[in-house]
Amino acid sequence: MKKRILTVIVNGKRREDAVADNLLLVDYLRETIGLTGTKIGCDGGECGACTVLVDDKPRLACITLAATCDGSTVETIESLAKGGRLSRLQRGFHEKLGSQCGFCTPGMIMASEGLLRRNADPSEGDIRAALAGNICRCTGYVKIVEAVQFAAKEAP
Amino acid sequence: MNSSGIGVRTPLVDGVEKVTGRARYTADIACDGALVGKILRSPYAHADILNVDVSAARALPGVHAVITGDDCDKTFGVLPIAMNEYPLVRGRARYLGEPIAAVAAEDEATAERALALIRIEAKELPAAFSSADARKPGATPLHEKSPDNINRSVHHEFGDVAGGFAGADLVKERRYNAAEVCQAMMEPHAAVAHYETESGQVTIQSVTQVPYYVHLMLARCMDIPESRIRVIKPFIGGGFGARTETLNVEIIAGLLARAANGKVAIRCTREETFITHRGRPETDVRLKIGLSKAGKITAVECEAVQRGGAYAGYGIVTILYSGGLLHSIYDIANVKYDGYRVYTNTPPCGAMRGHGSVNVRHAFESLLDEMAREMGLDPFAVRRANLLVAPTTSPAGNVINSYGLPECLDRVEQASGWKARKGKLPKGRGLGMACSHYVSGSAKPVHWTGQPDATVNLRIDFDAGITILTGAAEIGQGSSTVVAQVVAEVLDVPLSRIRVIASDSALTPRDLGSYSSRVTLMVGNATIDAAKQLRKHLVEAAADKLDAKPEMVETAGGLYHVAGGQHPGLRFEEVASAALAKHGPITVSGTYRVPTQFHGGKHKGGAIGATVGYSYAAQVVEVSVDEATGQVNVEKVWVAQDVGKAINPLAVEGQIQGGVWMGLGQAMSEETAYDRKGRPLHNSMLEYRIPTIVESPPIEVSIVESIDPHGPFGAKEGSEGCLASFPPALANAVADALGLRIPDLPISPERVIEAIVKRKREARAAQHKRGA
Repeated sequence: MKKRILTVIVNGKRREDAVADNLLLVDYLRETIGLTGTKIGCDGGECGACTVLVDDKPRLACITLAATCDGSTVETIESLAKGGRLSRLQRGFHEKLGSQCGFCTPGMIMASEGLLRRNADPSEGDIRAALAGNICRCTGYVKIVEAVQFAAKEAP
Repeated sequence: MNSSGIGVRTPLVDGVEKVTGRARYTADIACDGALVGKILRSPYAHADILNVDVSAARALPGVHAVITGDDCDKTFGVLPIAMNEYPLVRGRARYLGEPIAAVAAEDEATAERALALIRIEAKELPAAFSSADARKPGATPLHEKSPDNINRSVHHEFGDVAGGFAGADLVKERRYNAAEVCQAMMEPHAAVAHYETESGQVTIQSVTQVPYYVHLMLARCMDIPESRIRVIKPFIGGGFGARTETLNVEIIAGLLARAANGKVAIRCTREETFITHRGRPETDVRLKIGLSKAGKITAVECEAVQRGGAYAGYGIVTILYSGGLLHSIYDIANVKYDGYRVYTNTPPCGAMRGHGSVNVRHAFESLLDEMAREMGLDPFAVRRANLLVAPTTSPAGNVINSYGLPECLDRVEQASGWKARKGKLPKGRGLGMACSHYVSGSAKPVHWTGQPDATVNLRIDFDAGITILTGAAEIGQGSSTVVAQVVAEVLDVPLSRIRVIASDSALTPRDLGSYSSRVTLMVGNATIDAAKQLRKHLVEAAADKLDAKPEMVETAGGLYHVAGGQHPGLRFEEVASAALAKHGPITVSGTYRVPTQFHGGKHKGGAIGATVGYSYAAQVVEVSVDEATGQVNVEKVWVAQDVGKAINPLAVEGQIQGGVWMGLGQAMSEETAYDRKGRPLHNSMLEYRIPTIVESPPIEVSIVESIDPHGPFGAKEGSEGCLASFPPALANAVADALGLRIPDLPISPERVIEAIVKRKREARAAQHKRGA
């Protein structure tokens, strides 16, 4: 497989890596860089567990080619806690129990982060619409909605 | 009350790892330089496998091992009497997707190429994909021992059933069908096995709910002593029963690691995870209830037929639960049950959340609602006419020690505004209710060893930190938080002083695992025992230092002091240090045994359905139905569950919401079906229609605390009991909205439309007849 140089900012750090054309962003993050916080829950684009932010927008890393992120900024769950403090969404998901088994959580939080960046004061409907592509099998979503509502009220 | 002890809303002790992405799940561990394991699966639903030629695959550069059924002649399974499944097919493949061979290679592409080089020679056999086909005369038996394809039949009768029906004012019989559903936990199956050739030791990390059973089955199938095996449970992305038995991928990983002399990681695709299945079997229920004018149930007769899939697995337990849990919820003297667990050429079903109870409860609560309506009785009144009074013993010999169902009924009746709103909703809207229950752990374990039902070790060392060593498998349900809260309460210490090490067979005592909702009650009680022993050591050390008798020592605000004494009190560190000076680092072992009087009836299969404490739930569901599209929308759910005592009300709420919602998925959209060749039709997260956040309703939870006399601080289970009442409450709400009963699950738009069209057609025909 042909390789090319990918220049990308991942979690605030500029990187240059030789990547195969068919390398998926999720594998680049997990295997090449070792950022295993981003999860794989399905066989491609069906569950949302791999959601990351590419240039501030939620993207499914399991159906995104790494090479297409050249020149972009990629953010994963590992980037949110700053200075030893959980982000407001992380606090929300932890304290309100928006996370049970935790496997959908990184994707849920990143999709919610994308939402709060474009809409600081989302309605419940906005939250549900933004997370429509993220499946959770534990919570029934009730406490996920509460976690995002909690975070939206907190200062960023 | 301790600020982090019993009854305090407590975020999970392992929650921060999950929200930061630091939590390592099995597939994350696999990222660490292991060989890639891949499985070749049967393309046939039923075939004699004559030859598997792996020579070309073995010769491929980069391939480290190829194994087939020849590499393991030991079966695995759940009940010692019914282990009839090989990790890799030997002789006969019985469902499409059953593992036939496996390879370990340097990378995924090489592993895939190797699989493509394996040649299977097979003779296809007639296959049966439904219970009815498998039971037809002349159907090809899947297993020699079961010529009629019946894995297990159960026939139980208690009281005078014929007399009960004879004395009824209304007797009705109906048939129900519930589709096969699957756990579909978010984390696909995975296993990482490391074989150390020099020592013959194997270490496995996998997605299990039952590390101990994995340990036993690995030893059996690898034919090595249990002492050479270490099973470590990493973070687990849910289970819901799919992982309460050893999975073939776990054994295959061990076998592959040994064959490759190294470390092998198998990461199943979502499709493979669905194929591994172990979900809830498709069930046909025929149910007959007798009711008096006052709403008293005079007799019940139930037949359940379960399409079990190709192997025994947990199936015998499932078919027993379906009968066993007809009891212990209402006061019913006369009960007959006939259950049949059928072998079919589909993936094996297993122990999904609400194991065995859900489909029969759906039938029961649906029929009771229909009969109540016919007799002009309120559904709540009918339930109230059949309540138990605890303590009591059911006709099946099961002891009910606490019973919060009456309060559950009151709570949801009030919260939903039932009395004011029922029957007065606008067109297309409806209210329905139902009840359900579940065990807090099976009173008798499936592997009888005579050991205590739970053991917890508690350690205190020079750092004055308390380490809980438990085999209880934290899978997201919050078990590690429960044991930490119990210790915090008994020892009056903050959670920050406690760490939990869970499920590493080299460190933690044997535990049966997380299934049948046994952990809070059994492990909770063992934890209390351990904490009390440790407290005794600490109090004695404090007494020595305070120059007092141990019984005079009290703790308050984290300080040990003598009531009314001059001493300002000893800090925990001082007491711990004094105790260590006496004994060295201290480890105590706490245990719990289910008292034998709760082991259930003496009849065959009588242990299944017996428990120390039943949880009870009632719920009301409000729906709106679009008569044009058949789409049912759940507007709101009000649920109350008697959990004995909520050790962690936050987690209990989360469990109940999740349980109700899983019932909602089964009731509205989920199904795993197979085509005419046995090919699965719903093997992806799109095709298997899990409700998204958009169509998921608000679920208002009310926690009822009956304080069970045998539960830890009165606690019982809190996550399964609520599931089974959702499907019938939904069906009853749809009936209220439409005046139509839809007996089968899921209540899909197609079924609703079909029922509406049928009613219109019948109305037209009747009109036509009248006109003529």
